[in-house]
Amino acid sequence: MKFAPALLGVLAILVWEGAVRFWHVPSYLVPGPVAIGAAFLADAPLLLRSLVATLTVALLALLTSCVLGLTLAGAIATSRWARAAILPWAIVLQVTPIVAIAPLIIVWLDDPFASLVVCATIVAFFPIFSNTAAGLAAAAPELQDLFRLHRATRWQTLWLLRLPAAIPAFLSGLRISGGLALVGAVVAEFVAGSGGFASGLAFRIVEAGYRLQVPRMFAALVLLSLAGIVIDTVLAGAQARLMRRFG
Amino acid sequence: MLTLHGVGRRYPNGTVALAGASLSVGAGEFVALLGPSGCGKSTLLRLIAGLDRPDQGSVTWDTPPRLGFVFQDPTLLPWATALENVRLPLRLSSTPGQQQRATEALAQVGLAGFETARPRELSGGMRMRVSIARALATEPTVLLMDEPFAALDEFTRHALQHDLRAQQAGRTIIFVTHSIYEAAYLASRVVLMSARPGRIVTTLASPVAHGPDRRLSAEYTAFVAAITHALSPA
Repeated sequence: MKFAPALLGVLAILVWEGAVRFWHVPSYLVPGPVAIGAAFLADAPLLLRSLVATLTVALLALLTSCVLGLTLAGAIATSRWARAAILPWAIVLQVTPIVAIAPLIIVWLDDPFASLVVCATIVAFFPIFSNTAAGLAAAAPELQDLFRLHRATRWQTLWLLRLPAAIPAFLSGLRISGGLALVGAVVAEFVAGSGGFASGLAFRIVEAGYRLQVPRMFAALVLLSLAGIVIDTVLAGAQARLMRRFG
Repeated sequence: MLTLHGVGRRYPNGTVALAGASLSVGAGEFVALLGPSGCGKSTLLRLIAGLDRPDQGSVTWDTPPRLGFVFQDPTLLPWATALENVRLPLRLSSTPGQQQRATEALAQVGLAGFETARPRELSGGMRMRVSIARALATEPTVLLMDEPFAALDEFTRHALQHDLRAQQAGRTIIFVTHSIYEAAYLASRVVLMSARPGRIVTTLASPVAHGPDRRLSAEYTAFVAAITHALSPA
């Protein structure tokens, strides 16, 4: 059972390579796995540098989302005023398509790297924020009564009850945001194009597309999906560990 | 030490949870608030605890009490150990000597040695013991309990009821229950309540004398009969 996904993957690759060879499909339409592997090996240093660049944007965006999401969720959970002020704007940011805001951000910010991080953060921020906010509000009512009975301060209630109670919700938000941070980084690179921080994987895909280097496009794509898998696996592992304690 | 005068509570949807409840409780009494669900006994306890405010009437204390509250569910912090849970109210009030007082309170409910256990590793009865230890740790003058044993199996309930009498140690206890037998066994006075609207019907003093197990005494059986009689339609 454990090897089922790998087995299916290997089988698909074999069928793919066989089909491409059998029907003589030109590699600028659909390259076979061997051609993609060759393209990767030929450009490995460049592609790996691009992978690191895209991952850096995604991870920085995820980190920023955590800090912002936790801070703002804490603010709206403890203050009615902050809730009324912040919540509508968080939703506005969430519903506005990033593709539409990204060009503006890239124009406004001089530093292309910073603009990519900002775009990816806008995409990744919301699940952490909304999940944590919901988790902070969901502490057992009887426990909240207990804290009231013993005249706990707002800070004590936040720190000793609501924050630990919100950890499971925060973790599931974090996992969604992890995937979205990568999506955000890729979308921002696409929009920024050569005018941006021209070294990420998405930029390599655009660039290879212009040059009809389709195997290289695929190689970059494979790296992107590997990066996504790694991010998700790491976050799922962290989630499982912490859930054992706080779930 | 506690006087309730014409206390009423109506919920926003118009339901009268409690109407004109008057009651006075003396120091060291064990009062059971007994009645069916919807009779306002839990509401009354929350009003006494100050967790809710009455729409009518007043709740007054001779001297400000130190309150302990035990809920129907153990309501422990699932991520904290038994000791940390017992320490919680001491921590909230920055009481000195927290570690030692919490350890002693755990020992008092028979859970010495379970300090580092987490709630999920404990049985339902043990979790309730931790919850009681948490209430005892602050050395409350008044202990308020809201059907604390209702969700336990009968054997565990017997044991905890028995221990509670020892843990009372001169404190005032106000105990909400829907069990006639529990009220008759534990209380020095039973306050009978009825539903729609929630109100106090009558108050019965217990004739049951202290003994090794009061449940074996003839007075206990007679008291159960008296409560049952008071409940029957005339």
